Amino acid sequence: MDFTDDQLLRYSRHIILPEVGGKGQAKIAGAKVFIVGAGGLGCPVGYYLTAAGVGTIAMVDNDTVEMSNLQRQIAHSVNTIGMPKVESAKKTFEALNPDVNIIAIQKRMSKDDIADLIRDYDIVVDGSDNFPTRYLVNDACFMAKKPLVSGAILRFEGQVTTILPGEGPCYRCLFEEPPPPGLVPSCQEAGVLGVLPGVIGGLQATEVLKLILGKGEVLKGELLIYNALKTTFRKVKVPKNPACPLCGQNPTITELIDYNEGYCSPQ
Amino acid sequence: MSEMIPDKKINIKGLVCPYTFVKSKLAIESMDVGQVLEILLDYEEASRSIPKSMEDHGQKVLKVEKVNDTDWILQIRKDKD
Repeated sequence: MDFTDDQLLRYSRHIILPEVGGKGQAKIAGAKVFIVGAGGLGCPVGYYLTAAGVGTIAMVDNDTVEMSNLQRQIAHSVNTIGMPKVESAKKTFEALNPDVNIIAIQKRMSKDDIADLIRDYDIVVDGSDNFPTRYLVNDACFMAKKPLVSGAILRFEGQVTTILPGEGPCYRCLFEEPPPPGLVPSCQEAGVLGVLPGVIGGLQATEVLKLILGKGEVLKGELLIYNALKTTFRKVKVPKNPACPLCGQNPTITELIDYNEGYCSPQ
Repeated sequence: MSEMIPDKKINIKGLVCPYTFVKSKLAIESMDVGQVLEILLDYEEASRSIPKSMEDHGQKVLKVEKVNDTDWILQIRKDKD
């Protein structure tokens, strides 16, 4: 890859890393990443991957920007309230790095369109805020054999794991089915420290870059749990479940499922 | 000592750190193992930092020479891809 003078300056701190170099930066420029959600997690993931020079970044989200998002969703601003979140984020990311092709998709994905949406991408990042989407994304990535970097946050705690196709466990090995709607904290109960998605999203973006570069070790078969109140990181081993309904020996889930009603998704 | 004929030469006069190393590293990356890169530079600090960084990255420093009041010539052999 021939770098322009501006690109040499922009990516110089990557290029001088032995693990990246010009060749690694070219891999980053050639990568296509699909981000589910343009909220708390999607904003920092997209922001850092844009800064890193990931060639193509798609973001899917159905919501519009609200004042209550701005405490944590750092790609949006008072100037973009009312705008679709994906358009707001696209505007921010394009201002940061015009090298990156940002594809904004305003919709809520379903079993009917997710496979087509993720087909052309190398890596999927889950930053969704609801269980129906989380399971849909896990199942679709398993079926399409796409690496998935999954993140979740609530109150002061966040988790990250990386699911590789054909290697190690999937999200359903960890949590077989979505919890019943009544057990999911309602909007009023579900606070979140604004900076928490920055930490978790930063970890997800790091996992993505390592996957692109083929360097280091990713959180395969491990769940990393961050507690912001205690300032602790815990790694929990997650074994592959031979009886997993999706990736086990006798799978019962062979097509995508839309888990619909009864879930509240906090704004 | 016999003169080594470099396979590639770059002139990075006028550049300062870290761009001196960025340019040198990209030049080395584009070469084959065993080939020699010659770098002409006029930023004194880089005459020390480039050889050190190149060694850290597994390359062999063959020559560091001050050739006049302002310029240095480095020769680096690519040992590691």
